Amino acid sequence: MKNNKSKFSKYLVSGVAALALAAGAAGSASAAENGKFRVGIVTFLSGPAAGPFGVPSANAAKVLVEELNKGNLPAPYDKIGINGAEIEAVIIDEAGGATKQVEEYRNLVQRQKVDAVIGYVSSGDCLAIAPVAEELKTFTIAYDCGTPRLFADNPDAQYMFRTGLDASVDNIGAVRYLAATRPDVTRLAGIQQNYSWGQDSWADFTAAASALLPEAEVVEEQFPKIYQGQYGAEISALSVKRPEIVHSSFWGGDMEALVLQANARGLLEDATGLLTCGEASFATYKDQAPNGMIIGARGPFGQFAPDNELNTWFEGVYQNAYDLEPVYPATKMAQAILGLKYAAENAGVADKEIPSAEQLAAAMKGATFESVSGTVEMARGNGHQAMQGITYGEYHYEDGVASIKNAVSFDGECVTPPEGVAAADWIADGFPGAKCN
Amino acid sequence: MRLDKTEISLGLVALACVLFGFVSPGWLIFLLTIALAKALVVQGVVMQMRSGLVSFGQGLFYCIGGYTVGMGGQFFGIHDAIAALSLGMFVAIVVAMLLGLLLTRYREIFFAMLSLAFSMILFGILVKSQELGSTDGFNVHDWTLFGWAPEAGAGSQHTVFTMTVVSGLIVAVLIHRYTKAGIGVICEAVRENEVRVEYLGLSPRWLLYGNYVAAAAVSALGGGLTALATGHVDPEMAYWTTSGEFVFIALLGGLGHVAAPFIAAIVFSFVRTYAIEFVPHTWQMILGFTLLAVIIFLPKGLWSLVSREKTGERA
Repeated sequence: MKNNKSKFSKYLVSGVAALALAAGAAGSASAAENGKFRVGIVTFLSGPAAGPFGVPSANAAKVLVEELNKGNLPAPYDKIGINGAEIEAVIIDEAGGATKQVEEYRNLVQRQKVDAVIGYVSSGDCLAIAPVAEELKTFTIAYDCGTPRLFADNPDAQYMFRTGLDASVDNIGAVRYLAATRPDVTRLAGIQQNYSWGQDSWADFTAAASALLPEAEVVEEQFPKIYQGQYGAEISALSVKRPEIVHSSFWGGDMEALVLQANARGLLEDATGLLTCGEASFATYKDQAPNGMIIGARGPFGQFAPDNELNTWFEGVYQNAYDLEPVYPATKMAQAILGLKYAAENAGVADKEIPSAEQLAAAMKGATFESVSGTVEMARGNGHQAMQGITYGEYHYEDGVASIKNAVSFDGECVTPPEGVAAADWIADGFPGAKCN
Repeated sequence: MRLDKTEISLGLVALACVLFGFVSPGWLIFLLTIALAKALVVQGVVMQMRSGLVSFGQGLFYCIGGYTVGMGGQFFGIHDAIAALSLGMFVAIVVAMLLGLLLTRYREIFFAMLSLAFSMILFGILVKSQELGSTDGFNVHDWTLFGWAPEAGAGSQHTVFTMTVVSGLIVAVLIHRYTKAGIGVICEAVRENEVRVEYLGLSPRWLLYGNYVAAAAVSALGGGLTALATGHVDPEMAYWTTSGEFVFIALLGGLGHVAAPFIAAIVFSFVRTYAIEFVPHTWQMILGFTLLAVIIFLPKGLWSLVSREKTGERA
C-alpha cells in the first residue's frame, strides 16, 4: 500500500508537470507574429440560434474576409485585407453559456493572440464579455446582441463597441410604423419567448404604444417558454381576444413555427402579425406567411439594406457563394467587419502595420463610416454604440417571388433615445428631442 | 493532526499549482480556475454517486452559490469574497436541508429526476426575475478579500485562482478523510445493499441526508468561485445541461480517488477548449467520443489508469 501511494503522488506531480509543458508549448505555438491581422469571430455554430443567426453570420464573415484579402471591395474599402495586412479569421462557437464564452474569449486573446474580436448574438454573452474586454484591453465589436444594458452597465467602456442597434430601437420603430401606417388600431396583442429578450421587447413595445397610439389597448399577452415549438394554446388565447395587431419578438425556428401555426389557424388572417426579427426567415416563408405581415430586420439590414454600391456588391458575392440572399444577421456581421476595417485604416498607422487596441478604439469612437447598410454613426453610448435608422415593411409573396411592400424608414434620431437617457424614461416622457422625417 | 501520504501529495500539488499560477499565461489560469471550481461541484456529485445516488440537479447548488455571491455584492453590500462564499454555502445548506427531507426518500432514477426538477425550478424562477436580469444575468465585480481589493485583471485572477486551489485542497482533504472513515465506507455499503446496512442498526436515509447537505455546500462553494472568476452569473448555471456536464466529468474521472474529479475537470476543459479551437463546428462530437471511449475502455473512469497499474489487475 505504501508503495502504491508514493507511486500515485509521482503520477500527480508528473501530471502537473506535463500540463505545464503542454501549456508552454501551446502558448508559443500560436503566438501569431506573422504580420497577419487576426480577428476572432464568435457566433452560434450549434444550437437553435445557429440556423437563423450564426451560420449566415459566419458565412458572411468567411466570404467577406476572402474578398477583402483579394482587395475586391468597392471604395472606400478597396485596400487589401485590413490596412494592407492579410486577415486571418478564427471562428469559434458561441454555444455553451456565458462562463464558457468568457473562457473562450480569454483563449482567443491570450492564447490565439487575436488583434480584435467580433461577435456575440446572445445578450447574456455580451454582458459577460464587456468587462473582460476592458480587463484584457482588447478591441471588441458586438455585432448583434440587443440588450440596452450593454453600455448602461458599462458606462466607462473603452474597448467594447457595438455596430448593431439595441432592442428598444426595434420596438420603438415598430410602434412608429404602426402609427404611420395604421393610426386607428385599437386592439394590440403580443406573444413573446419567456426570457430577457421577449420580456424587454414587450415592455418597450407596450410603453411606446401607450405614448404613440393612445387609442390602442393591450388585449392579450402570452409568454410561452423559448423553443417550445407548439403554440396551439397561445394562438387560441390570442384569437378569442380578436386583436388587430399581434406583436412578436420571436426568432428562428420558434418564429417560423408560430407563423406557420398562426396562419393555419386563421389568426394572421384576422390580425396583422408584426415580427421584429421577421426578416431573418424572409427566404423561407414562401406562401406559408400571409401577405401583409409586418416584418423588421433590427435596423436597415438584410432586405431593408439600401441600394448602395457596397450592399449591391455584398449581396452579389454572398449570393454567388451560398446561392442565398443575405439575411439581416449576415448584413450585420459585414457591418462589424467593415467597422473594424474603417477603424484600423483611420488609426493613423503606417501601411500594413497593425494598430494597437487603443488606436483602434480611438479611431472607432464617435466615428462615421460607410457600410452595407448605409452610413453608420457611432453616436450613442459615449461614441461606442451605433445609431442608425430602422425600416419596417410588409411581406408579400406572389407568383413565387417574395417582396417587401409599404416599407417605411425612420431616422436614427427618431427611434433612438438621446445620449445618456434610458429607453424606458425616454418613452415615458413622450420622446423629447426625437427628430422624425 | 497526522497527514497521510495522499494528503501530503495533495498539498504538494496544490502548492505547485499556486506557484505555477505565477508563471502561466492568463488564459490558462482562468481555464484552471473554472475547471477546479467545477471540480468542486463534481466532488458533490461523486460524494452522492459513492452512496449510489446520481444527482442530475447539482447545478441547483452551483447556481445558488454563484447567485448568492453576485447578489451579495450587488444588493446587500457583501463585498468580502470569503463572507460571500460562506453565505452561498450557508444558503445552499439551508435549501439542501429542506429538499433533502423529500429527496432522500427516493433512489435511482427517481432521485435523479427529482433533483433535476428542483434545479429547473430555480432556473424558471430566475428567468422570470427581471430585476436579476432574467436570462442575461448580471455582472459580479468589486469584491475584496479581508478589506483588500486586488487590482483588476491579472491581480484578481491570481487571487481567485489561489482561493480556488486552497478551497480545493481543503475540500479534498476533508472528503478524503470522510471516505476513509467508517461513515464514508458505509456510504459504499448503502450503495451495495441498503437493507443490510439497516440491519446493522444504521439509518441509510439520514446518512444520505447528511451526504446530500454536505455535497450541496461543496457545490455552492464551486459556484461562488466560478462567479468570482467569470465576473458574471446567469440562470444557465441551474440549467440541466450544466448539471449534465457535472455528471459527465464525474463519469470521466471515476469514483476511485478524491483527486479524480479535479483531474477529470482539467482534462475535460482542455479537450473542450482545443476541440472548439480546431473543429469549431463539431466540438460537441469530440466531447461525446471522449466520454464514449472512456466508458468503453475505462469503465471506472480516468482514475483506473492509475489504479490498474497500482493493483496489477484490470479495472
